[in-house]
Amino acid sequence: MAIKTLIEAVREGMHEEIQRDERVFILGQDIGRRGGVFLATDGFIEDFGQDRVIDTPLAESSIAGIALGSAMNGLRPIAEIQFADFIWPTFNQLIGEASRARYGTNGDINVPLLIRTPYGGGVRGGLYHSQSIESFFSHSPGLTVVAPSTPYDAKGLIKSSVRSDDPVVFLEHKRTYRLVRGEVPESEYTVPLGKAEVKMEGRHISLITYGLMVHLCAEAARDLANDGISVEVVDLRTLFPIDQETILESVKKTGKVIIVHEDTKTGGLGGEISAVISSEAFEYLDGPVTRLCGPDIPAMPFSPPLEQEFMLSTEKIIDAVQKLVDY
Amino acid sequence: MNIELPHVGESITEGIIGKWLVSPGDSVNKYDPIVEVTTDKITMEVPSPAKGTISKILVPEGNTVPVGTIIAQLDEFHVGYKSHTEHPEESSTLSSRLGVLNNDEAPVGPTGSGGPLSNQKPEISGKSEIGYSPAVRRLAKKHNIDLALLKGTGIRGRVTREDIQRFVESRIQPKQNTHKPDNQETRLPLSPVRRAIANNMIKSSSEIPQAWSSVEVDMTKLIKLREALNNQRDAGPKFTYLAFILNFVAKSLRQNPLLNSSWDVDTIVLKHQINIGVAVATSEGLLVPVIHEADKLNVSNLAHAISEISDKARNRKLSVEDMQGGTFTVNNTGVLGSIISRALVNPPEAAILTTEAVYKKPVVVGDQIVIKPIMNMGITFDHRIIDGSEAGKFMQSVKDGIELIDSIS
Repeated sequence: MAIKTLIEAVREGMHEEIQRDERVFILGQDIGRRGGVFLATDGFIEDFGQDRVIDTPLAESSIAGIALGSAMNGLRPIAEIQFADFIWPTFNQLIGEASRARYGTNGDINVPLLIRTPYGGGVRGGLYHSQSIESFFSHSPGLTVVAPSTPYDAKGLIKSSVRSDDPVVFLEHKRTYRLVRGEVPESEYTVPLGKAEVKMEGRHISLITYGLMVHLCAEAARDLANDGISVEVVDLRTLFPIDQETILESVKKTGKVIIVHEDTKTGGLGGEISAVISSEAFEYLDGPVTRLCGPDIPAMPFSPPLEQEFMLSTEKIIDAVQKLVDY
Repeated sequence: MNIELPHVGESITEGIIGKWLVSPGDSVNKYDPIVEVTTDKITMEVPSPAKGTISKILVPEGNTVPVGTIIAQLDEFHVGYKSHTEHPEESSTLSSRLGVLNNDEAPVGPTGSGGPLSNQKPEISGKSEIGYSPAVRRLAKKHNIDLALLKGTGIRGRVTREDIQRFVESRIQPKQNTHKPDNQETRLPLSPVRRAIANNMIKSSSEIPQAWSSVEVDMTKLIKLREALNNQRDAGPKFTYLAFILNFVAKSLRQNPLLNSSWDVDTIVLKHQINIGVAVATSEGLLVPVIHEADKLNVSNLAHAISEISDKARNRKLSVEDMQGGTFTVNNTGVLGSIISRALVNPPEAAILTTEAVYKKPVVVGDQIVIKPIMNMGITFDHRIIDGSEAGKFMQSVKDGIELIDSIS
């Protein structure tokens, strides 16, 4: 099976879907002749032409608005926002309209819109190219929020997202783009939305996480196994709606849990997941539900030592796991 | 995939791994038997949950493990990928799809890239006063453990979930054999049934404060009636004394519900059904199959049930249902020639009754000495639940039934 990077898997998934369904088209800044800043759409304009691969002006609100209108009228747009940090002008289109259209029209109008965007830090991106935005969108039922961690999942999930009849916000951690390589089948497959996956099985503690942090948690788990600590790593894959069943099954098995995310702590997904665990698996808990998250400061900083302080690491995860296992 | 010790019936919390029927590397089909397991009620074969290859055996023969323990691992035979994906032709494992980190790759960013990041450790502070966690409370209740007796290994002596699990295992795990072999003695390995009996008896003698008493029963009338009935009877099993006695025991249990109960932490649980276990000696050891709702059977039905269940026990045909749900046990030690014996209560029941050999002896009737057939009948009971007066009342009721019988209803 071919080994691919995550960005190659995303590109392949989109390419196959544009080919498969003539209603699918793609729009965004620099996605045409430039092939996207991360080369996610490299070669698309040659393969599909300017009608289906549309370079837009630097105007995020109109990218989302065009995508929304065309989706309401039967097309299946894939809109790219070059960096998640610049997604805020789309907020009204996505939250105010896209997430509610089907609900508000009693099912008459649905919005098969896919908006994908690179997020996350650890890349010396500073205040405008490093932020995590998932909790804003995960608070809007009607939107599906996806965050893959592996090339396999990225391809399978982007295909499911294109095929979804409801709007999907697809978050790609930019640090994983070329950092993570993994097997991707040549043949057709999809990964379902709304299903988490246990990436590593363990007995003593569960790490609930997503995106880049899956890999740091997996590395920590491999390291901790040498000390006889058996760590389960649960990759959420879809952040809303969340897969409570898989989370609870894991926590009931291990009795101890850390929710790990790069996003800042307060109001982050960790709080919601903690609440689900506390109310649905209370009698199985053998230690405090713990969050390991980014600090509550306004943004991922540019200064390298400060960025390091902000970002989680394998060592920080190992340390937190050991403390909770010893509890 | 992991193969767990399956849950096979109510009140069965652990099992002893008997003979492994497969070895690592063996291919198995779904439902193929892979291991013999003995619970405190029955020996059974565990079927494979899926088609595949046994990759690891995790629990060796003779070990006792709780239900749910992973006892082996199976590499599942995959037709395709994962059930929730549309199957691609190629196969891969989760770990290969998880990918590897390409750490020498410089981070990608719009404003330049930097070298690998170094790491710093955060401070996480602990609590000063630590109570029992919800998981610990739940398990303590389930296994009836006084938490005050446990030494915790968590921070500042906190009792952890694993401490409880270890304690439960140590309660059922016999001490390791440390003797070196020599030619002065032979050491017999324990069969699963032997070990199950041992564990049950340890539980009985260590957890239940037991008291004992015995009465003499005049068998004159019962012997006469039984002979008459058996002479008339052509088909079906002959009436045994045990069938009559079970009949009186069942009736007396109905009148004395405390004898048909269980102790549970801080309550006494009265059982509505009267399910009488009958001890049967087999080549493997003592088994106690159960006659369910014995109070709804007449003497003839009981004779039938006893004969059926004893046959099953001797031919190893007992099912899980035959072995569980017992609320009281009758042990006919008389068949061994015993005239007096002190049984141990069969947990979690409240009492056990023994019937001894019938023998003739001189007894005083009025001012005369006469020879009568006499049977001793003993009862051992859980003194937390029952006092001598209740036990005495129950025994008197069974004794009256036997001594005054003229006909069967």
